[in-house]
Amino acid sequence: MPGPMSLQAPDVDALARRTRARQRREALLTHASLVVGVLIFAFPIYLTLIGSTHDVNTIGRGDVPLLPGGEAMANYSQAWSAGGGRYMGVPAAGMLLNSLVMALLITLGKIAISLTSAYAVVFFRFPFRMLAFWLIFITLMLPVEVRIIPTFQVMVDLKLTNSMAGLTVPLIASATATLLFRQFFLTIPDEYVEAAKIDGAGPLRFFKDVVLPLSVTNIAALFVILFIYGWNQYLWPLLIVNDRSLETIVVGLTKMIGGGDAQNEWNVIMATAVFALLPPVAVVVLMQRWFVKGLTETEK
Amino acid sequence: MATLALEDVKKAFGATQVLHGVDLEVADGEMIVIVGASGCGKSTLLRIVAGLETATSGRVIIGGQDVTPLEPADRDVAMVFQNYALYPHMSVFDNMAYGLRIRGLPREVIARRVQEAAELLGIAALLERKPRQLSGGQRQRVAMGRAIVREPKLFLFDEPLSNLDAKLRVQMRAEIRRLQKRLGVTSLFVTHDQVEAMTLGDRLVVMHQGHAAQIATPMEIWERPADTYVAGFIGSPAMNFLPATLTAGGTAARLETNGLVLPFADGPRAGEEGRRLTLGIRPEHLRPGIGGLDLQVELVEPLGGESVLHGRLADGAPITAKLPGALHAEGPLGVIIPLEHLHVFDAETGKRLDAQA
Ligand SMILES: Nc1ncnc2c1ncn2[C@@H]1O[C@H](COP(=O)(O)OP(=O)(O)O)[C@@H](O)[C@H]1O
Ligand SMILES: [Mg+2]
Repeated sequence: MPGPMSLQAPDVDALARRTRARQRREALLTHASLVVGVLIFAFPIYLTLIGSTHDVNTIGRGDVPLLPGGEAMANYSQAWSAGGGRYMGVPAAGMLLNSLVMALLITLGKIAISLTSAYAVVFFRFPFRMLAFWLIFITLMLPVEVRIIPTFQVMVDLKLTNSMAGLTVPLIASATATLLFRQFFLTIPDEYVEAAKIDGAGPLRFFKDVVLPLSVTNIAALFVILFIYGWNQYLWPLLIVNDRSLETIVVGLTKMIGGGDAQNEWNVIMATAVFALLPPVAVVVLMQRWFVKGLTETEK
Repeated sequence: MATLALEDVKKAFGATQVLHGVDLEVADGEMIVIVGASGCGKSTLLRIVAGLETATSGRVIIGGQDVTPLEPADRDVAMVFQNYALYPHMSVFDNMAYGLRIRGLPREVIARRVQEAAELLGIAALLERKPRQLSGGQRQRVAMGRAIVREPKLFLFDEPLSNLDAKLRVQMRAEIRRLQKRLGVTSLFVTHDQVEAMTLGDRLVVMHQGHAAQIATPMEIWERPADTYVAGFIGSPAMNFLPATLTAGGTAARLETNGLVLPFADGPRAGEEGRRLTLGIRPEHLRPGIGGLDLQVELVEPLGGESVLHGRLADGAPITAKLPGALHAEGPLGVIIPLEHLHVFDAETGKRLDAQA
């Protein structure tokens, strides 16, 4: 208000009250939107969890139960050791193991290959260095699905169908991770390389003693992303493996769902789905801690 | 400990010639400071000595041995970088020990050398810390320690004090000098700071556009700069330059600005009447008085015991004078040029003209 009023000392209490009210409104708004988000993401998972605790007929009738039932033990032990659904008899335990081995091989392979190729591209001068980099880079434009037929042919020629090698090797080549490591390596000061040269550290020594320890955070982050990428592979495993002892859980899960000619064992399917969820969740939870720790502790 | 010799070292990056042939002889235990404006090729020269850069031509000789074809690791030199280049994931101890471990020294020898160097530098209590837990000055010491433990033939410093604040810089400067004297290791020290250069070096190499413009002791460079570039670069505030011509049979110079004739105190210069000269006079040598230059003072910077006066001559040429006392006012002022402090340069080449014997 203009005039003499504005010359008086401001009413501190009123201002503080207004600030508090505003903070409360903001807190309310953020929480409301968070709750909505959580509900949208969590509800299907909640349904799955609940569904896995009922008997086969509850969901078969078309009910969508919202409260847990009493069949949890039976469903989970059937899923774990016997399997269910259309092609009875592939237990989740074996499929989980296959998925785990596949995801780990893909992840570790990708990290190893991209670390070394990025190291070569960044720290060495050799003929056709940029050509090598661009060749790696353009494979980014070609996802597995695009080159799936020739890749399949190659695997058949190499007699690698129905093997763990056939399952993982074509998925290991990765431009994305190479690119990420390259960008990170470019931020490593030249002086580290030069100090190492003067100290007499060769390229492998420098890689092991300096580059690798400095990359720990990036490796952890990539591990999380790539593990989930590997775990969720569907099309390639479906194609390359028909030996059911090599079946991965994501493929196995879809195979459990029938085409409508018979009743699906939704309770067992949902229990298997819960099993399929656990390893990626575990990786995220475990690595996240390590990853954040790495982030806060590393510093130039 | 060793001598160092550079013989006609040239370097070109593609089409740009960065070093035009540098010769240098360094005695055992000597501290040589390479000083010059940014981009003049100081770091390049140092990196050629280290072996991090290959000279286009010329030779690097350490301790009498031609090391030009050798790798950095085989030259037995240690380098301190401007940003210290401490490995962030290693403790202070590991950083200092790294070069020794690679050389395969026994564990006890490494521990003893690191401990000794750490005590010498006053960082013995910090050995377990990571570089990020250290202050700038402490990191600087660790970087020094990493060089010391190696017991190399040569220390190479590339602007190691530039990242420190002013006070610490002065302190570390003295400390580096003390250490270098005590250890007696032949050293090359690169800096763009002329005060650092003057206080640190046994001898200075003043670099200008890829040439060594002058190689001499700090006092000689200050008293007898080889050309106008060195004269203007060393000394603060910078030397004043006045255009003049040779007169009176080579025994005096006539100032172009006011026709004043200044007889040379140390003897005649060669050249015919009217040869164009540049006269140099340091601001601290100017004295107030009549019969010299008439200044219009535009700015007074009091420094406590003395003041720096920025003024102009009638023709607009800037002149700086450093006079004792703090009570100076802007406005007209007469200064005289003490003849014994006059520097004479050729106007065309900028080279110093000495009195004929
Ligand atoms: N690797 C390089 N490639 C091309 N030009 C370079 C390279 N290193 C230095 N130069 C050039 O050489 C000149 C001298 O550089 P430098 O020795 O670093 O100067 P100073 O250390 O005296 O500031 C600069 O003009 C710089 O741009
Ligand atoms: Mg430099």
